Amino acid sequence: MRKSIIKHALLGLVLVGASTMTLASADQIAKGKALYLNKKAGNCIACHMIPDPDAKLPGNQGPPLVAMKARFPDPKVLRAQIWDPTVKNPTTIMPPFGKHWILSEDDIDAIVAYLYQY
Amino acid sequence: MKIIKSLLVGASLALVASITQAASSGNTLASVDPEADRLAMQSFFQKRFPQVPLDDYVNGIYSLDAGSREQWEEIEEFPPYEFDIEEGEILFNTAFANGKSYAGCFANAGIGIRQNFPRWDESQGKIVTLELAINQCREANGEKKLGWKKGKIAQISAYMAYTSRDNVFDVQIPNDEAKAAYLDGKQSFYTRRGQLNMSCANCHIAGANILIRADLPGPTLGHVTHFPVFRSKWGELGTLQRRYGGCQKNVRGVPQKTQGEKFRNLEFFQTYMSNGLVVNGPGARK
Ligand code: HEC
Ligand code: HEC
Repeated sequence: MRKSIIKHALLGLVLVGASTMTLASADQIAKGKALYLNKKAGNCIACHMIPDPDAKLPGNQGPPLVAMKARFPDPKVLRAQIWDPTVKNPTTIMPPFGKHWILSEDDIDAIVAYLYQY
Repeated sequence: MKIIKSLLVGASLALVASITQAASSGNTLASVDPEADRLAMQSFFQKRFPQVPLDDYVNGIYSLDAGSREQWEEIEEFPPYEFDIEEGEILFNTAFANGKSYAGCFANAGIGIRQNFPRWDESQGKIVTLELAINQCREANGEKKLGWKKGKIAQISAYMAYTSRDNVFDVQIPNDEAKAAYLDGKQSFYTRRGQLNMSCANCHIAGANILIRADLPGPTLGHVTHFPVFRSKWGELGTLQRRYGGCQKNVRGVPQKTQGEKFRNLEFFQTYMSNGLVVNGPGARK
C-alpha cells in the first residue's frame, strides 16, 4: 500500500516534469530567448545574467537566472514574478510585464519555457 | 526565538524602506521635513558607499564607479564644453536691442549666483530655475524666448555656472508655498512612471551604481551640481531638464513639459537635496 502511494507520487512528478517539457517546443523556447534579449520586448538581459552564451554583457540589477527548475518548481510562481513582480516586492525596480501589457500572455509563457532551460 | 525572528523581519523591512526611499520625513505638508530628508539622503549614500567622501558626489556616477572615472578625468583635461563657456560669456555680455543686458536681471549682475537656483519667487508665486530666469530676462527686455534644452540657453547657463564654481548650493524654502513645491518635486521623484513602471528613486537611489545592461545610473545626490552637461551621446551641451525628459522616455513614458511646473518642482527638490555641495558645472558626461 505504502509503496504504491510512493510509486504514484513519483509517477505524478514524472508526469508534471514531462508536461512542462512537452509544452515547451523548440519554437517556443527560441521565441522566449528572442524576447529575453530584445531591447524593445522583455529586455530581461538589461538586469539579469543567464548562462546562455548568446546573452552577452548583461546588467545586474536583478539576481542571475540560474537553476530555474530547482528554484521555481512551480511554473505559476515564475510566471507570476514576470506578470507583476510588485506583488511580491512593492518597491522592486523590475517592470510588471503582464500587468502593463509590455508582453502578451503567450510571450510570457515563451519566456518561462526559455528560463527553464537554465 | 520567535521574537528574534520578527525583530529580524522588522530590521530587514526597515532596510528595504531605507534603501528605496532614503528620505526620512513624511509626504504631507504638515509632516514633510526637507532638512531631515536631505540629511537622510546623505547618510544613506554614505552608509552604502562608505569609501566615497561626501564632496565627491558632485562628480555623479564617476564618484562611485572607478572604472569610468579615469576615462572621464582624461576628457575633463580638454573639456568639450570649453567652447560653450566662451560662447555663453559672449551671449551673456551682448546687449539686447534696448541696450540692456542679462546682468540687469540678476543679483550681483549674474556672476557667481548659480548656487541660489532654482529659487522660490514670491511675486510670481512659483519656482524659478536659472533657465526660466534667463528667458524671463529676455522677454522683459523685448527679446524672444530661447529654446529650453540646448544651444544658446545652455551656453548662457554654462557660463553662469562657470562663474559660480566652488560656491556652495544653498537653495532656500522660505515659506509653506515653497515647501509645497518641494513636496510636489519629492513626490515626482518617488512616483513610478511609464509602461516600465519605474521611479527616479528606483534607478538613482536603489539602483545607483548597479548595471542596467551597459548603463550605470548615478546617485541622485549631486545630480544637479554639474549641469548643464556636454554629453557625448548628444554631441553637445544640454540642460538638466533635457535629461529629465530623456529618463522619462527611457521608462516608456510621455515626458513632462520642459520648464513646466512639475519639472521645476522636481529640480527644486533635487537641488535642495544637494544643498551643501558645490557648483561644478558645466560638466562632461558619456
Ligand atoms: C530593470 C530591472 C529588471 C528587468 C528589466 C527585469 N528584472 Fe527580473 N528582477 C529584477 C530585480 C531587482 C529582481 C529581484 C527581486 C525583486 O526586486 O523583487 C528580479 C527578480 C526576478 C526573478 C526572481 C529571481 C529569483 O531568483 O528569485 C525572475 C524569475 C525574474 N526577475 C525574471 C525576469 C524576466 C523573465 C524579465 C524580462 C521579461 C525580467 N526579470 C526583467 C530586475 C529586473
Ligand atoms: C531606468 C532607469 C532610470 C530611471 C527610471 C531614471 N533614470 Fe536618470 N539616468 C539613468 C541612467 C542610466 C543615467 C546615466 C548615468 C548617470 O549619469 O546617472 C541617468 C542620468 C540622469 C541624470 C544625469 C546625471 C549626470 O550626472 O549627468 C539626471 C539628472 C537624471 N538621470 C535624473 C532622473 C530623474 C529626475 C528621473 C525621474 C524623473 C530619472 N532620472 C529616472 C537611469 C534612469
